[in-house]
Amino acid sequence: MTDWLSPAEWQAVALSLRVSFWATLVSLPPGILVAYALARWSFPGRQLLNGLVHLPLILPPVVTGYLLLVTFGRQGLVGQFLDEWFGIVFAFRWTGAALAAGVMAFPLMVRAIRLAIEAVDPRLEQAAGTLGASRGWVFLTVTLPLCLPGIVAGSILAFAKAMGEFGATITFVANIPGQTQTLPSAIYTFLQVPGGQQDAARLVGVAIAVAMTALLLSEWVGRSVARRISGA
Amino acid sequence: MTLEVRLRHAFGGFALDVAFTAPAGITVLFGRSGSGKTTIVNAVAGLLRPDAGRIALGDAVLTDTASRRFLPAHRRRIGYIFQEGRLFPHLSVRQNLRYGAWFAPKGTRGEDMARVVDLLGIGHLLDRRPGALSGGEKQRVAIGRALLSAPRLILADEPLAALDAARKSEILPYFERLRDEIAVPILYVSHSAAEVARLATTVVALEGGRVTAQGSAVEVLGDPGILPTGVREAGAVLTARVLRHHDDGVTELEAGGLSLFVPRLTRTLGSRLRIRIAAQDVILSRARPEGLSALNILAGTIAEIRAGEGQGMLVAIDTPAGRLLARITRRSSDRLALAPGVAVHAILKTVAVAPADIGAGPDP
Repeated sequence: MTDWLSPAEWQAVALSLRVSFWATLVSLPPGILVAYALARWSFPGRQLLNGLVHLPLILPPVVTGYLLLVTFGRQGLVGQFLDEWFGIVFAFRWTGAALAAGVMAFPLMVRAIRLAIEAVDPRLEQAAGTLGASRGWVFLTVTLPLCLPGIVAGSILAFAKAMGEFGATITFVANIPGQTQTLPSAIYTFLQVPGGQQDAARLVGVAIAVAMTALLLSEWVGRSVARRISGA
Repeated sequence: MTLEVRLRHAFGGFALDVAFTAPAGITVLFGRSGSGKTTIVNAVAGLLRPDAGRIALGDAVLTDTASRRFLPAHRRRIGYIFQEGRLFPHLSVRQNLRYGAWFAPKGTRGEDMARVVDLLGIGHLLDRRPGALSGGEKQRVAIGRALLSAPRLILADEPLAALDAARKSEILPYFERLRDEIAVPILYVSHSAAEVARLATTVVALEGGRVTAQGSAVEVLGDPGILPTGVREAGAVLTARVLRHHDDGVTELEAGGLSLFVPRLTRTLGSRLRIRIAAQDVILSRARPEGLSALNILAGTIAEIRAGEGQGMLVAIDTPAGRLLARITRRSSDRLALAPGVAVHAILKTVAVAPADIGAGPDP
């Protein structure tokens, strides 16, 4: 099994899984918050927030990577601050790759969760209010469970997107084996060498397998969650 | 505990301006759709901020625009029964029922779960999800959920409107039991005269955002000048007592010392009833008729005559059994020379009294 991929290739696959997992997990709470705000609140700057969230979807990934570099890099305003006060460094680390993947996947996640929240009948939330539940409790006991299928779908979509992220990652944290060389970066590296197509093909197979698994998993989880909450 | 409501609210070309009090028992807000009933209920529930007004429940002020007081909906402790039930689809019936009790302030004792489940006959549904319930079952669970939240007031916004006739007659007795067994006042919205006749302790008649009458069901439904839902729905309410069940399929009632015959009822002797007599089922005669198939002939005097919509007239007759309304044509009225004070006989076919128009009730 292990000789099927070289240790370096395993490293790339494992790194990609780790990066995508953390990118998804950490963006979930802000993703739900932003999705809820966009779905249910009207506030000044709502359209601005909506545009900002969707920006990584439309911008060239290289531009997003550049913006991350100047903001979260060692010389960047936020990067310097985080390094000095919390010792958190993004530049040329796997954490940076996770940040880039998270930012790129964020619009997809927010979109899916927002649609799910908008589909929750506000009259049910109203009913929960008349039964004594404060806004926070209404969200936790009614809104959140009812939009769970959307949250699951959004998370898996974000995970798959993070697995495939290339442009922003390579621009922000480069392509360092064992540190920031994710699956797409590794494939790209193989293709830079004459005769590397053979090696690349194996990683391409892994990428396809991971993507398919994610897709099937999301279908299955989504269906079982939907069945559980539909109340039949 | 008495609910006091004074409201002014304008929206979309409609102006609501009402004031009424709802004592213990069921107070029915009675009017056509668009008369402002739901707006009032939503203001009481705290789902709507009125332009001006004051809503108080006993000593507790819920809304007072003068002192800028507005208690948020989740702190009002009002059990709201919605027209569409609004059960939580992701929770079981048991969890739905317990939802409100969980948020009720510590130390407040609401209704006992076992008692409510028994009262509503929903014991066999507890482990099901709302998606697997019929319309009538859903509405019963919704009633239970509101009762178990330890409410100080219950609001019911046309809780039967979405149900068919069979489901309606399944739920109505439960509201009668609530009225007679639960101390919490109930504000009940309806556009059905039959529901008013069966349920109302107090009726608040609404037309175009104004209160046109307020009083008992007998007073309001027996007044030919107050027809919030139109002349077709007109009908007075009598109170009666079950006297005897006859072998030929007829039940004899006693009202004001007179006998009334209605289709066979499954009620115990002596039990008190309210009967709605639809105005279009009553025939008037100057002389006492002979050889008629109708079993109920009540002598009385005309109290009032009102011209209704179109060719119809509405005649109010006072009989020893109570006030009756009769809907007749202008031509009949002229031919019989009817006028206030004239003695007439009101004739009512036994089969004309629909079972749905007969309900339990101590005093309307």
